[in-house]
Amino acid sequence: MVNTKVNLLGIELDNPVIPASGTFGYGYEFSKLYDINILGTFSFKGTTKDARFGNPTPRIAECTSGMINAVGLQNPGVDKVISEELPRLKKCFNKKVMANVSGFSVEDYAYTCERLDKEEQVGWLEVNVSCPNVHGGGMSFGTQPSAAAEVTKAVKKVTTKPVIIKLSPNVTDIVSIAKACEDAGADGISLINTLLGMRIDLNRKKPVIKNVMGGFSGSAIFPVALRMVYQVASAVKIPVVGMGGVASAEDVIEMMLAGATAVEVGAQNLVNPYACRDIIADLPRVMEKYKINSLSEIIGEARV
Amino acid sequence: MKQAYFEIIENTHLNSLIMKMVLKGDTSGVKAGQFVNIKIDGLFLRRPISVCEINGDLLTIIYKIVGRGTEEMSKMEKGTVLDLLTNLGNGYDLSLSGETPLLIGGGVGVPPMFELAKELIASGKKVTVILGFNTKAEIFYEKEFENLGAKVIVTTVDGSYGVKGFVTDAMKDLEYSFFYTCGPEPMLKAVHKSSVTDGELSFEERMGCGFGACMGCSCKTLTGYKRICKEGPVLKKGEILW
Repeated sequence: MVNTKVNLLGIELDNPVIPASGTFGYGYEFSKLYDINILGTFSFKGTTKDARFGNPTPRIAECTSGMINAVGLQNPGVDKVISEELPRLKKCFNKKVMANVSGFSVEDYAYTCERLDKEEQVGWLEVNVSCPNVHGGGMSFGTQPSAAAEVTKAVKKVTTKPVIIKLSPNVTDIVSIAKACEDAGADGISLINTLLGMRIDLNRKKPVIKNVMGGFSGSAIFPVALRMVYQVASAVKIPVVGMGGVASAEDVIEMMLAGATAVEVGAQNLVNPYACRDIIADLPRVMEKYKINSLSEIIGEARV
Repeated sequence: MKQAYFEIIENTHLNSLIMKMVLKGDTSGVKAGQFVNIKIDGLFLRRPISVCEINGDLLTIIYKIVGRGTEEMSKMEKGTVLDLLTNLGNGYDLSLSGETPLLIGGGVGVPPMFELAKELIASGKKVTVILGFNTKAEIFYEKEFENLGAKVIVTTVDGSYGVKGFVTDAMKDLEYSFFYTCGPEPMLKAVHKSSVTDGELSFEERMGCGFGACMGCSCKTLTGYKRICKEGPVLKKGEILW
């Protein structure tokens, strides 16, 4: 019997597989497809202080082994998430959920996190300082170490639960930003968010995405994500949650060998709604194949 | 939503760019106006295509070759097995039709009208169908609609067949109890404007997942934000914001 359990900041997960924010809604839609209690946990749709429609459409583009999205944080706002989405989730998910939060000012982040921190079902706060789709907003916090640290401090001051800062790969030195967050009191780091990309429609000779650019995700970005997880996990002492192009149990194990304590699965959920169920079911087979008894023992083993 | 495997029974040209694919598999619960989302080898995102007809365990789709996805589909051979997500979207509400519904399809908006016409006629409604095309060479399914027992009016923009002009030119003198339509957005807007009854309009948008998870295809309506793939693709006349 292999052991897939990992401990993420004081909470034991049955397995390290976590559907990533923005690809799993608030959970209950997937609960109609399979019992989502098999998941380690999941990170719910990025939530902001106020309701947002997001960006104009088209917001989606096909890429080789991946996709671009420019949804722009469409969500009902923190009030409705607490009054409507979380009660609905409680009926189909009996584990702690990861609350994903975005904002447009330090105060926004602190306000939304403080509200969600009080919700019993919230186990962790994943603070997105990296969404590439919001002009002049979220992005800037994740591209400067000082701004990322400022958000971290403000959130830590008003919350009691573990705070995981989600970083953007669209920077020159992700390690310095991760370290700045660690120094500011972050309990964990998650990475990577999407890579800024674009496509052009050959018929119209104009960008496919109305917003011109968007976030590139999917299997194609896995090597870049793995490299960044390796770099950050080697440089910080706090736990790292790895993500970016993960599509199989093998990918999950690679991420963990690179230093991830848990692993998020994003775009793959959109093309195979059963992706996380399938990955979890396949983990024991792949562990046995590579002679891994316990996943928690391989975290960072690839470090040289 | 359901995930199921379907076998290609037929994949043939109706004209140079329009193809008909007949798939065999679990069609239970599929409704007129819904769509399927097809996994295609070598492409990341699935391709959403509207349902044209359900006949027992056979599901027919009609698609236009416009990009890489549909190009790949056009090359698929009989016997190939495809991974489909089915029962997607809300579909048309047949209970609103009244006794003399008008169905208006433009170009690749024609196919979803077929299952709808079939079901309405089966329930005793007197169905009129307007099929709009650019030119005679693009016309498909005129005979098939006639064989269902619908009154069929074909329009062509260049006047090479049927009524010359747009579908709205053929709508002018008709009396109808309700309308259902699908087609390019400018056509939907024109139909919306010239219609004299309530109706339902089916929209198109680039989708990520097709089942409501990614929020890629959202639109604003008078009754709130809607996902074309989930609360749509069919919207009511009274809720549309142009």
